[in-house]
Amino acid sequence: MRSSALAASNDLSQAQGGNSLPGFDRKLFSSSGKAAGAAEALAAVPPARARPASCAHWLGFAAASAWGILAAVTLAWPNKSAGFEDWPYTTEFGVAAGAGALLCALLAGAASAPIPPSARFPRRVAAAFRHGAPWLIVSALLLTLWEVLTAKTGALPPPFFAPPSSLIDVYTSDYARLADSTYNSVKLLLEGVAWGAAVGFTVGVSIGWSRTINYWVHPVLRFLGPLPPTALLPIAFFFFPSSHAASVFLIALATGFPVAILSWSGVASVNKAYYDVARTMGASEWFLVFRVAIPAALPQVFVGLFMGFGASFVVLIVAEMMGVKSGLGWYLTWAQGYASYVNMYGALIVMTIIFSSLISLLFAVRDRVLVWQKGIVKW
Amino acid sequence: MVGAAAKRLFREENAAAAHAASRIRIERVSHGFDTPAGRLEVLEDVDLDVAPGEFVALLGPSGCGKSTLLRLVAGLEPASSGAIFQDGAPIIRPDPSRIVVFQDPTLFPWRTVRDNVALGLQAQGILKQEKSRVGAALRKVGLESFARAYPHQLSGGMAQRAALARALVNNPRLLILDEPLGKLDSLTRLEMQSELVSLWQKNGFSVLLVTHDVEEALFLARRVVIFSPRPARIVAEITVDRPYPRHRDDPVLTGLRHETLERLGLGKSW
Ligand SMILES: Nc1ncnc2c1ncn2[C@@H]1O[C@H](COP(=O)(O)OP(=O)(O)OP(=O)(O)O)[C@@H](O)[C@H]1O
Ligand SMILES: [Mg+2]
Repeated sequence: MRSSALAASNDLSQAQGGNSLPGFDRKLFSSSGKAAGAAEALAAVPPARARPASCAHWLGFAAASAWGILAAVTLAWPNKSAGFEDWPYTTEFGVAAGAGALLCALLAGAASAPIPPSARFPRRVAAAFRHGAPWLIVSALLLTLWEVLTAKTGALPPPFFAPPSSLIDVYTSDYARLADSTYNSVKLLLEGVAWGAAVGFTVGVSIGWSRTINYWVHPVLRFLGPLPPTALLPIAFFFFPSSHAASVFLIALATGFPVAILSWSGVASVNKAYYDVARTMGASEWFLVFRVAIPAALPQVFVGLFMGFGASFVVLIVAEMMGVKSGLGWYLTWAQGYASYVNMYGALIVMTIIFSSLISLLFAVRDRVLVWQKGIVKW
Repeated sequence: MVGAAAKRLFREENAAAAHAASRIRIERVSHGFDTPAGRLEVLEDVDLDVAPGEFVALLGPSGCGKSTLLRLVAGLEPASSGAIFQDGAPIIRPDPSRIVVFQDPTLFPWRTVRDNVALGLQAQGILKQEKSRVGAALRKVGLESFARAYPHQLSGGMAQRAALARALVNNPRLLILDEPLGKLDSLTRLEMQSELVSLWQKNGFSVLLVTHDVEEALFLARRVVIFSPRPARIVAEITVDRPYPRHRDDPVLTGLRHETLERLGLGKSW
């Protein structure tokens, strides 16, 4: 834990070093060393007590202190004037951090006392809190560092950087546009992924099953598959009646290729003895495909789906940046046009949440469908 | 309650026994494979009859072609020359009346034990009407309590038993066993041998069993057929005329064991 906190602070100071902006150089260098040192000192305190599991409640109080520090720094340290009105929502952010500190303290207190085994829910909450305490500490410290470097000292200058508190402003003032963009992105993505997964799976299973289809489709797949779908973007926008249709096509292409390849290899690598068993028991061709080949290939199909999802995110954002007049990718370029970097951070955070939720959802589906496998990787 | 269960069991057994056993006729079968290194002759002029309800064991050196012969009898491949008949009709394709149990249990890992056993009925589209047969087959091999387990949760012996149940549920007229007990530990193996005998006696199907284990062959089969090294020819047939259940220390079996090993070319090592 100590090393990860240090690594994070090192990353931050490196990022500062790389982003030398005219007029800000001196301030940047002088304060970045100090800030990294402070982070080290802060990070070094709690982990020293972290080792024995029985002392985990001390970690909880350390988390409470860390959030208390964030609240104190936010509220007590006046913002450095940035040449415009003060950063919005500073007080609210500080109060929220204080509330977080209070909650942590309460939970830590509760987790210190023995909980009777019959109290299932409190036990589960306490266990989750113990497990998450190190993360709570590190995230509070990083938020503090972020707040100090931006609003408090201006070491990371506006408009390229903004304090975490100002993100609240993005979500409250630009709520409608962000929600609309998110909705459009998710809709476009799911439409493309659904087509890509369905067609990719069908193609993959067909070339894994039928020699004739393999003969004709496999070379095409090998030849065209590795082409990045984003390279087809300009042509697709030209050929398709709408930019929406073009994007669906490209996202489907990005998803479909890995799904097809892995479904194919899944079907091709099915243990031949399974077919023998089914055939001696009177299985039809239909049965061999749908009840033997496809279930046996599913683990590989899911690997393909994971790869396809990853590729589809890239295409989605690029397509929205290039031509589609809505969505989170479009929001990024729009915010860039207004030099509104805070909005970009806000959109990036939404994107992260959406994409990681989609991947988590896929993992959940996979775990349900493939319960029969042992040793499934947990996400 | 108990009486009803016993009655149901009795009915099921009678229903199974009512299925006739098959007569298998293997007529001058030769078989080979075209490999990159050239033609590989595996079976040479094999002539063999299995009477209805007979238990025949095949013994022979590793790689001589026993599994290949079983695949031909199952109808998974056509023989290069010669013909195989089941009750007078030529075997040209697999059929649920002839079920193979392979050396590996080859249970489908994505199905529970119950669904694995139901495989044959489902493939034939009669699962709905014949659902009770699944439970009955599981009971026969003593796996009722593992119906919901997945194959990776079973021990080797249990998996092989599940594979046996998956075969029995089809009420086969010929059971083809390819070293079904080969990978089990010796204790489980002895136990399963006795179970096989009682299953065979209850169900009355014909059995064609491949094994590496001379004692197993003599303990189980009425007739032991011995093959030469590849290409496999029949070099000897030994009739084991002893009543069931047999005893492993039966002096007649010990004598036959000596003769069998001699026929396999291992007489001196005994
Ligand atoms: N599909 C195939 N293609 C080419 N050669 C094959 C094929 N199947 C089997 N053989 C060859 O045929 C020979 C006999 O194989 P088979 O599996 O019938 O032997 P076996 O008697 O069952 O041996 P074991 O007792 O070790 O199981 C082997 O040499 C094997 O390499
Ligand atoms: Mg074999």
